[in-house]
Amino acid sequence: MSIAHPLAGRGSTPSRAVLLAHAVAAHRTRAADVARIATPHIRYEAILPEIVMLGGAVLLLAVGALVERQLRVRVATFGTLAVSAGALGVSLWQWADVTSHGGFSAVDHAVVVDGFSALVNILVSCAMFLTALVADGYLRRERVEGAEFHVLAMVSASGAMIMGSANDLIVIFLGLEILSIALYVLAAFNHRRAASGEAALKYFIMGSFSSAVFVYGIALVYGATGTSNLAQIAGFLSTHVLTSDGLLLAGMTLLMVGFAFKVAAVPFHMWTPDVYQGSPSPVTGFMAAVAKVGAFAAFLRVFVSSFEQLRVDWQPIIYGIAVATLLLGAGLAVVQRDVKRMLAYSSINHAGFILLGLQAATARGVSASLYYLFAYTFMVIGSFAVVTVLGRRGDAAHDIASYRGLARRQPLLALMFAVLLLAQAGAPFTTGLWAKLQVILASVDHSVPLAVIAMLSAAIAVFFYLRVAVLMYTPVPLAGATPGVEVPAEEPVPLGKSVAPRALAAAELAVAGAGGTRARPLWTGDERNIVAIDRMNAGLLLDDDPMTLALEGAGEGAVPQGALGEGAQAVSPPSSDAERERMLVGESGPPRSLAFDTLAGGRGETLDVANVLATGPARVPPLSAVAIGLCVAVTVVLGFWPGPLTAFAHHATLLFQR
Amino acid sequence: MLHAVFLMPLFPLAGFVVLLAFGRRIGEPIAGWIGTSAVAAAFVSACITLVGLANQPSSARQLTCSDSCARGASGHAFFTWIPVGGLHVKVAILLDPLSMTMAMFVTGVSMLIHLYSIGYMKGDRDFTKFFVYLNAFVFSMLVLVLANNLLVTFVGWEGVGVCSYWLISFWFHRDSAASAGKKAFIYNRIGDAGFLLAMFLIFSKTGTLTYLTVFAHRHLLVGGGTMTAAVLLLFLAATGKSAQIPLFNWLPDAMEGPTPVSALIHAATMVTAGVYLMVRVNPLLALSPDAMWVIAAIGGATAFVAATIACAQQDIKKALAFSTVSQIGYMVLAVGTGAYVAAIFLMVCHAFYKGLLFLGAGSVIHGLEDEQDMKRMGGLRRTMPWTFVTFLTAWLALAAIPPFAGFWAKGDILANVYGKTLVLYALGLLTAFFTAYYMSRIYFLTFTGRERWAEPAPDGRPAHHRPHESPWIMRAPLVVLSFFAVFAGAVNLPWVHTGTLGQWLAPVLGNRLFNAHESPTELIWLAVADGIVAVGAAYAAWRIWRRTSERPALEPAFLQRVWYWDNVYDAVIGRPGQVVARVYAVMVDGRLIDGAVNGVARLVRSTGSGVRRIQTGFVRNYVLGIALGMAAILAFMLSRTK
Repeated sequence: MSIAHPLAGRGSTPSRAVLLAHAVAAHRTRAADVARIATPHIRYEAILPEIVMLGGAVLLLAVGALVERQLRVRVATFGTLAVSAGALGVSLWQWADVTSHGGFSAVDHAVVVDGFSALVNILVSCAMFLTALVADGYLRRERVEGAEFHVLAMVSASGAMIMGSANDLIVIFLGLEILSIALYVLAAFNHRRAASGEAALKYFIMGSFSSAVFVYGIALVYGATGTSNLAQIAGFLSTHVLTSDGLLLAGMTLLMVGFAFKVAAVPFHMWTPDVYQGSPSPVTGFMAAVAKVGAFAAFLRVFVSSFEQLRVDWQPIIYGIAVATLLLGAGLAVVQRDVKRMLAYSSINHAGFILLGLQAATARGVSASLYYLFAYTFMVIGSFAVVTVLGRRGDAAHDIASYRGLARRQPLLALMFAVLLLAQAGAPFTTGLWAKLQVILASVDHSVPLAVIAMLSAAIAVFFYLRVAVLMYTPVPLAGATPGVEVPAEEPVPLGKSVAPRALAAAELAVAGAGGTRARPLWTGDERNIVAIDRMNAGLLLDDDPMTLALEGAGEGAVPQGALGEGAQAVSPPSSDAERERMLVGESGPPRSLAFDTLAGGRGETLDVANVLATGPARVPPLSAVAIGLCVAVTVVLGFWPGPLTAFAHHATLLFQR
Repeated sequence: MLHAVFLMPLFPLAGFVVLLAFGRRIGEPIAGWIGTSAVAAAFVSACITLVGLANQPSSARQLTCSDSCARGASGHAFFTWIPVGGLHVKVAILLDPLSMTMAMFVTGVSMLIHLYSIGYMKGDRDFTKFFVYLNAFVFSMLVLVLANNLLVTFVGWEGVGVCSYWLISFWFHRDSAASAGKKAFIYNRIGDAGFLLAMFLIFSKTGTLTYLTVFAHRHLLVGGGTMTAAVLLLFLAATGKSAQIPLFNWLPDAMEGPTPVSALIHAATMVTAGVYLMVRVNPLLALSPDAMWVIAAIGGATAFVAATIACAQQDIKKALAFSTVSQIGYMVLAVGTGAYVAAIFLMVCHAFYKGLLFLGAGSVIHGLEDEQDMKRMGGLRRTMPWTFVTFLTAWLALAAIPPFAGFWAKGDILANVYGKTLVLYALGLLTAFFTAYYMSRIYFLTFTGRERWAEPAPDGRPAHHRPHESPWIMRAPLVVLSFFAVFAGAVNLPWVHTGTLGQWLAPVLGNRLFNAHESPTELIWLAVADGIVAVGAAYAAWRIWRRTSERPALEPAFLQRVWYWDNVYDAVIGRPGQVVARVYAVMVDGRLIDGAVNGVARLVRSTGSGVRRIQTGFVRNYVLGIALGMAAILAFMLSRTK
């Protein structure tokens, strides 16, 4: 009746209103006759973080439409910060509640509140908070107006929260879709960049495909067990022995594929580099953190709690996926020139590490995975925050060569990025070390080869993290001839090939004439060492790559071999070598198609490096600086003092509601 | 009041952070005053803690302090560091009379030397950096001293090591300073390896690194030479840090650092850390008599060797450095004898008078335009009266002339050694003779005789200007230290039995003293012998060095060149090591390892660039990838169906 009344009040024909009223009444009685739909009792405190996040998003959408255009971004940013802080507070309260009273399931056992879900909620809230800080500067710089970015991000975050606390496959699917659909839009958010649209389209198509696979999996599992509730599946499997389990195993496989797609595990990772590279940088950070946290939360919960009985069946597959993810992620990151793409592969590598904890399928493994997710969230958001800042207007200056000499131009930013990269590499006194240690310890308990592979991949990974770090601390090559690149005259001559072979040769000739010794720092040792170091630097710092050669002046880059002294000859590899190196490091030809991997070659939409280096330091918005600072602080402080976080992850696992 | 113990390391840490962050902006001399007051505040905290500890009943004076102070090895901690597997490093403060004593004199002497440095480093280019390092050093030293477990001690141990390295090569633009820093660091690394191995051994047997828990389970270490190995490995660390044979050569070179550094780090505090470590683990030592003998022998030998070398040095700081080595040799001898109280007693007294000697030498060097050659000093008592008087007291104290501090401290050690073995006692007494001799030589060459600084040097350098007395900021620490050099012996007089250092340390060290078995008559005779030796040596030096500065027969090259110790190391370890290193650099590293590494790198790169071709950018290919992956997994799964 409540629907009928306003309609009647509006002055539509009375007979219509009466008819409608009758119809409604008739429908009700019929429904009551057939079966009463039992609406579950809802304990709102169980889903409070999700409510805060989603409600905040809706509220912000409304408020955003009301305020003036110029204020929208600011209002949206602070609104989002307030909402995510609120969600964080509520999640912490849930954590406190759970630690004192234990977990429970609610809403007809569709969601569960336990330490695990509380940790996921806390993590997602933190990620949302940090992303709001980073996005503010980005949106202003790119002149993208409106509150929609933040609204979508919050919706997406609530999806991840739902995945973390879901206790039913259907609810997981709901969460997955809420998470993903918002992310598709976010990926396309910078409509001025073609790459952004392409990324979103790819993500959408592939995501839809994987969602379909996932739903199919749910259907098969339901068919096999008669329920979609996680606890009931576990109960069913522990009390029943299936005479024919093909349906169940197939369903489990499809679920696994769906999750593996979301967490970007090999071979379901192929969307990742393109999407991460094409999306606006703050979205990439958000996506890398939140989507992975949500998906891994559900992945862990479904496989470790529901399908525990089938461990022997799924463990080998996760084993294989983990190995492929670890090795391929690290191996492909090595050959990237675009920092965003490199970080995309690195996040694939990280996913491999988190899979180690799942593969272990023990309490220790789950807690290690949670620890890793926690550490990873802050490292990856911080890293992408730096990338956002350095992307400059247009979000395009992501070629690795434009990071060269960053420490001179922006020492603090370079230091922060170096710390974050080292943390991702697993350096001591950062959370990265403890995270890697935990998952490797968890996996070494029952599978030493897997742990060894993980360590190998960590060793490979060190290369591409360190390369960026070293590059940041290497001065820009002295190339006075290059127009637009101003090099301070008093800049000390850097060690290595960066002096340019000509200068080196000239110096050597001069020395040979004078009969003295070369002016070198004492610690570089004798000639042979110097040459070796020079050669190493040349390889590491991409001195032979086309970008730098272009910087030095294209024609002069190729120095006639005869003119060089012996030492210098060793420094600059033979030209065929250089050619091959160039091919290895990155393709440099013109774009072949709209396919994304041509972007990996450093052309396409990336800015010209010389321009980047010539335009002076990138502006660091204060809020982004706060975000980067927070990420580094968490990474370093908890790295020095890992006790609390270990205990946190451990408790979250203890409170895992089976 | 016990809670002031937390503030003790925090103040220098705060000073370090503030100076590191804002030092350049603050500048001279305020930065120096900030550094000094941070350490002064630590000293005040130490004093307050001392009162609090003294108020406890003597049996309850071994406390583990984290959020609160509790008796014995409480399970509480500030935090658990490195919770990995069975390793749970619970970080807390171990507060007992031993660590308290160390903390007191470390903060006290540091405070005075900080003050002195404000004057000494005046006008230096890196004035603020100096105080950054000094505060970092005091913090690390307090971590070392107050740690409740071996690992945290090791953190402090490394901390003081690196501060020492920075400060030795403080004037790194001088090649000699840079290489002296390296030398110190490398020698110490050798020792540190021992420390690490000892920790591994102890952890593998007892499952913990916390001192009190290790002591409680020390029976687990007994058997099969484990205890001896553990103790000797720790002692290897001590020989590195405390400059004992075979790792003593770095200390004389360390005199390249600014003189306040030599006084603070390489005389008073850091170099005694090795002795402190051995005293700290005394319950372990007690179970390994073999190791005790080794320690005693090395201590005695070092004391003797270094004392002889000190007799022939020309550089005033080098002579004092060898004297430090020799004095620490005495302490190690005492530790090896089991006379821990005597070792700590000498450590405290030595901190005062050796610190004073270095500061006095610094005052002289400062006044003579950085001249360190004693042959170019002389007659300074007229121009530098304050330095002269305070140096005089330190001389008498170190030469062990009764009744100055050194007499009581060294007498205590010798009496204990006498109770253990006559051979080492004879060596110790002989060393005492050399000690008094070289100390008197330094004194006479510097302050009496002809004013050689007024003459041009034999090698043609011009004469110095008339030296000036140092400013009050440098004199004040001299006076304070001088007071202690005279009277510090009073804390542990042999005929007093209550309220002494020995009684104070009894909760940690017990009453394991040999001289308790000796009769009072014996003790008196021993003291008389000490006194006669000291006075006799001083008299001999007076006869020899009062008027002349040139007696080549008494300064043989053998002694000047440190018994050719460095040459032996160079020939036996250095050169073969270099050859091996060169071979490895070319053959193993260049070909094998680099080849393998580069090969792996090349493999990864080529694989990567091969595999990247899969990443075509076309969605159809990506979806095909997913489909293929799914098909593979499904095939595997369905092969497992029942």
